[in-house]
Amino acid sequence: MSTTVLPSYEDATARYEPVIGLETHVELGTNTKMFCGCPTEFGAEPNTQVCPVCLALPGALPVANRAGIEATIRIGLALNCDIAEWCRMARKNYFYPDMPKNFQTSQYDEPLCTDGYVDVEIDGETVRIGIERVHLEEDTGKTLHVGGATGRIHGATESLVDYNRAGIPLVEIVTKPVPGIGAKAPEVAKAYVTELRDIIRSLGVSDVRMEQGSLRCDVNTSLNLPGEEWGTRTETKNVNSLRSVERAVRSEIIRQASVLDAGGRITQETRHFQEDTGDTRPGRSKETATDYRYFPEPDLVPIAPDRAWVAELKASLPERPSVKRARLREEWGISALDMQSVANAGAVELIEQTIAAGASPAGARKWWMGELARRANETGVELAEVGATPAQVAQLQALVDEGKLNDKLARTVLEGVVAGEGDPAQVMAARGLGVVSDTGALQAAVDEAIAANPDIAAKIRDGKVAAAGALVGAVMKTTRGQADAKTVRDLILARLS
Amino acid sequence: MAAISREEVAHLARLSRLAVTDEELDRFAGQLDVILQSVARIGDVAADDIPPTSHSVPLTNVYRDDVVQPCLQQDDVLAGAPDAAEGRFRVPRILDEEE
Repeated sequence: MSTTVLPSYEDATARYEPVIGLETHVELGTNTKMFCGCPTEFGAEPNTQVCPVCLALPGALPVANRAGIEATIRIGLALNCDIAEWCRMARKNYFYPDMPKNFQTSQYDEPLCTDGYVDVEIDGETVRIGIERVHLEEDTGKTLHVGGATGRIHGATESLVDYNRAGIPLVEIVTKPVPGIGAKAPEVAKAYVTELRDIIRSLGVSDVRMEQGSLRCDVNTSLNLPGEEWGTRTETKNVNSLRSVERAVRSEIIRQASVLDAGGRITQETRHFQEDTGDTRPGRSKETATDYRYFPEPDLVPIAPDRAWVAELKASLPERPSVKRARLREEWGISALDMQSVANAGAVELIEQTIAAGASPAGARKWWMGELARRANETGVELAEVGATPAQVAQLQALVDEGKLNDKLARTVLEGVVAGEGDPAQVMAARGLGVVSDTGALQAAVDEAIAANPDIAAKIRDGKVAAAGALVGAVMKTTRGQADAKTVRDLILARLS
Repeated sequence: MAAISREEVAHLARLSRLAVTDEELDRFAGQLDVILQSVARIGDVAADDIPPTSHSVPLTNVYRDDVVQPCLQQDDVLAGAPDAAEGRFRVPRILDEEE
């Protein structure tokens, strides 16, 4: 194949109009599976969370988990969907060992929730993403391909299957096609998945962690010339982070533009996003179209959510994350951009709780978005799991406010907290950290610094107050950082005035 | 006219991963046709006032509470497997159906 020159993204979107669509799977955080009482805990020994129902042993009868139905309806309501008055589960028949039943219990032409929307904000402009459907299904087992040199499916000689995950409730959320967003398509895709994640997290029905697979996203992309019909779409899988959502759409737009530029045609196919290179590669193309032979699941009776129950669920929905963010932004007095960073870092609730524990908005935000965000980023964990609690951060800030810790010492104390050495006060005591408040000792250190630096002292005496910084530094050094810089500065200026 | 064609039977056999000979295709097509024709006779008695149904009992909303029940032991789970390794079901490599 000849090497094609890829157009730039700006060039591609100047000439072609993208249409995107997203299919998102959310693993629900129920205690038990969707159709049996097996636990859903992650990380158990293989095939220890299975029973006759999820193994599809003869005679086993599935019964739907009320919590799974309720969570799906709540997601639908939060996405402004209509809730079906009556619908059925369906069997999606296929031949692959990740389901022992040879079918996946899903929904076909009767989804539980339909016709909703999510609004996202891009550069101060609202883009409405239509929701086609939200339906309930079950997750599949985990297949481990072994025997190949690379451990990947190509070259594998056999597969080992663990059914612990098979049957865990999974909610699929499908958008309507989103046209008319031009070059913003990648940004819109990312903003949508972010908003969806925030909404679902606020409902408390899933931990929606992309890197752990409880939130999975497939991205559909097509291009067309202005005024012409929508082009053929491709479906990109293996998109495992918010950043990847954006990159996948972007690279697929560039790739399709280059194919169209060369007079080629886009093949309707499944492609795989490559995390390392940021581009998409074709999956295995199928000779025959899939034929899932859907039919209503005879072992499960229809779902007919009581209208009063649906109304009750709707009335008890939590504040929408975007509305909440706008409210908090006002309360905290920060810019939209800063609020976006806070939300992206997953720090909204943490900062909110830190403020509730007594910290000022600025103080709370400083620690979570500074030291702790940096540390979470470095160690690759979510901010909420970085090792410090909102109460501890509030306590730390209180110690700073009381003058018992300066900024530098507070950072050291925080390190101890994150390392599991206890609350800030305990870390301070154990490590002997704290601001020297003994004025006599400080005064001695100041005098020593002045005596050691006569030139600087002379400058300050002549009115060059800015030179005091060097003496403050000297004092901080002799006190091993355990002095309050402002107090030291005041002492120096008082001595040399 | 037959209710199911030989091609449809071949398609179903392929979906079910059944290796069916030409001879068998002819025989199964004939047998399935008899079954389908028989079932189709239900349509003769179902008047317009009888809606199609997927369930024989008029029940809706049968749910269980989200409470953990005991599972099977791993040994018992794998006892019925044709082959097992590392606590997992061992199956031949699957390529064609991936994705």
